[in-house]
Amino acid sequence: MGLEYVKISPGFEKYMPRDYVDLVTFGQFGKQVDVMQLGQFKELVEEHPMCAGCYMAYFIRVFYAALPNPEDTIVLGTAGCARLALSQAAVPFIYGNYGDTNAVASGLKRALSIRFPDKVKDVVVIAGDGGLMDIGFGMTMHSWFRREKFTTIMVDNEVYGNTGGQESGMSPKGIQLKMAPKGKQFDKINAVELAQTAGCVYVARISPTNPKRIAKVIRRAILAAREFGPTFIHAYTSCNIEYSIPTREVLADARAREKKDFKFYEWMTDEVKEYLEEIERKEKEKAKQEVQK
Amino acid sequence: MPEQRVVEPEHLILEAPRERKFITGSQAFAEAVKRANVDIAIAYPITPQSETMHLVGDLFAQGYVKDYYRAEEEYGAMSAIAGAVRGGARAFSATSGPGLLRGLEAIVSWPGHRIPVVLGIMTRVVNAPLSIQPDNVEIAYLLHSGLVVLHAENQQDVFDFTLAGFPISEKVDVYLPVVVATEGFFVTHAKGYVELPPEDMKLPPRDPYKAPVPPTDCEIPPARIQRDAPVQKSNFMSYLIHAVWQQEVWSANRRAMKWIYHYLGGPIEVVNPKADVFIVASGCAAAQGREAQRYAEQEGLNVGLIKVKSLRPFPEKEIREALKNAKAVIVPEHNIVGWLAKEVKAVIPNSGIVVDGPRVYGGMTLPVELIMEEIYKALGIKRERTYA
Repeated sequence: MGLEYVKISPGFEKYMPRDYVDLVTFGQFGKQVDVMQLGQFKELVEEHPMCAGCYMAYFIRVFYAALPNPEDTIVLGTAGCARLALSQAAVPFIYGNYGDTNAVASGLKRALSIRFPDKVKDVVVIAGDGGLMDIGFGMTMHSWFRREKFTTIMVDNEVYGNTGGQESGMSPKGIQLKMAPKGKQFDKINAVELAQTAGCVYVARISPTNPKRIAKVIRRAILAAREFGPTFIHAYTSCNIEYSIPTREVLADARAREKKDFKFYEWMTDEVKEYLEEIERKEKEKAKQEVQK
Repeated sequence: MPEQRVVEPEHLILEAPRERKFITGSQAFAEAVKRANVDIAIAYPITPQSETMHLVGDLFAQGYVKDYYRAEEEYGAMSAIAGAVRGGARAFSATSGPGLLRGLEAIVSWPGHRIPVVLGIMTRVVNAPLSIQPDNVEIAYLLHSGLVVLHAENQQDVFDFTLAGFPISEKVDVYLPVVVATEGFFVTHAKGYVELPPEDMKLPPRDPYKAPVPPTDCEIPPARIQRDAPVQKSNFMSYLIHAVWQQEVWSANRRAMKWIYHYLGGPIEVVNPKADVFIVASGCAAAQGREAQRYAEQEGLNVGLIKVKSLRPFPEKEIREALKNAKAVIVPEHNIVGWLAKEVKAVIPNSGIVVDGPRVYGGMTLPVELIMEEIYKALGIKRERTYA
């Protein structure tokens, strides 16, 4: 929002909702927060109606804390669980039609580039396995082929959670779900390999067991998309309801999957690597100088 | 390309000197886009539309349009259009028949999303068995979605409606997509005379902040753009929010009428207002109706024509007034369902005077003789068939 649009005009603080004043005073606009400080600053998303123990809700909370430029970020989502939280954040959110995220994001990013050629405006899609790999598959792939400069994050709960637990292309083979009464007949789609083949310049697969690492991956994906092209993160965000994972065991489940088929994986082009290393080196130096001060 | 200077829409559309050119309907679409200060155009091939978006692609290559690409398919194209318009850009696309239906989920959500844009539609058969000819049944799918729908009779209408479509769609009290439909091939691939304003003039750029719904560009307060989707509140809230929002969409659609008067001289054109028998028609059927009216006049028959330019908002009052003394109404159409006849019947108190047809479909031409036959029947004139 350009920082100037977020800030409250002097004298109006007492007329603004407390919630908003807190957001501007104790929130993350205009600064980079440490994801390990979650709970100690006013977060961009607080309330949400997602299920108790939902790991996707946790991932989204970390996602917002990791944004490099929240005041100039637009998030897009589609039907599914994620948008229940995304639509409540203090970051503009577009909810279009079924599976249209990567087409809408293509048009949006291009419009912003025409209108604000000298400003950084980050566009990020967060959608589920159904939205990106089933109904929106063509649009996801073609936004990558066209090398559109935005980030796509797939929050993969391996099921259509919001519509009541139907099989998706990302459900594991053999699993019995609604609309798969005899068990799923084919393998989980290899989204990471598709993304690499289709032209993404940064690709990561992650099971969210380590918040620092989630934040780093999200930040890298967004920074790389600004300069070079499409970036993709495949995140395992279990559905504890449809997969009957006891709330207390969602983290253990994420760890188990990390050992099995969600081993941390990160790939980027050489130019992205060079670019990110340069940024991260400078940040480290700056942090060191501040500590010395 | 020549240096283009920005002029007010009123000047470009209503006052600027015009020069007569002999061009196709596809060229007429492109000539309008050339003068419309379009930021982005998104294309996907389908016959008979493709030529229009080829020409718009040439405009991009020449620098008239700032961005252009060939999309993955129509749902992707129309969704990307929505994204670009939400981002504050002025956008244009065009499609035909099956392409329109493929993009329909996105297109019919534009009014609710308040997406001001112009979409060209070059009609084509949509139902099996396959044909690429200009049946216009697809227009029926657009009438109940909140879109402003204009139907062009000829190449001149295509140019005028498309150019005026941009300011109409972007008016704060409208802010809806404008569809400019015309018959594929009959208009798009045939040449006609078109009076064009100079090409070194263009519309002012879109101002996305002059809007009832702000753009999503992070350039406006407040931070919390959307707190909850209505469906998350409760069923009651979602009914209510959807209901009032759609009421506003349809009110906005009706408010487009005054701008249709302003830029296009009104939603209907009446020839021989004191007639006993009227032909009511839109698009190419209006061109054939115009010929039939001329034939009838030569034969000394008191026949009139009402050409319907705007299908949404539908000119209910205007048609009721124009038909108040009519004894019979003939509605020739290029489709099997007769959507225009149904519309006309619904707005007059004596719908029994409406003749259902003549209709041709599958994209056939509409011979003037078919209309004449209905005129003779309506006037009680017995005739031998004069055509093979």
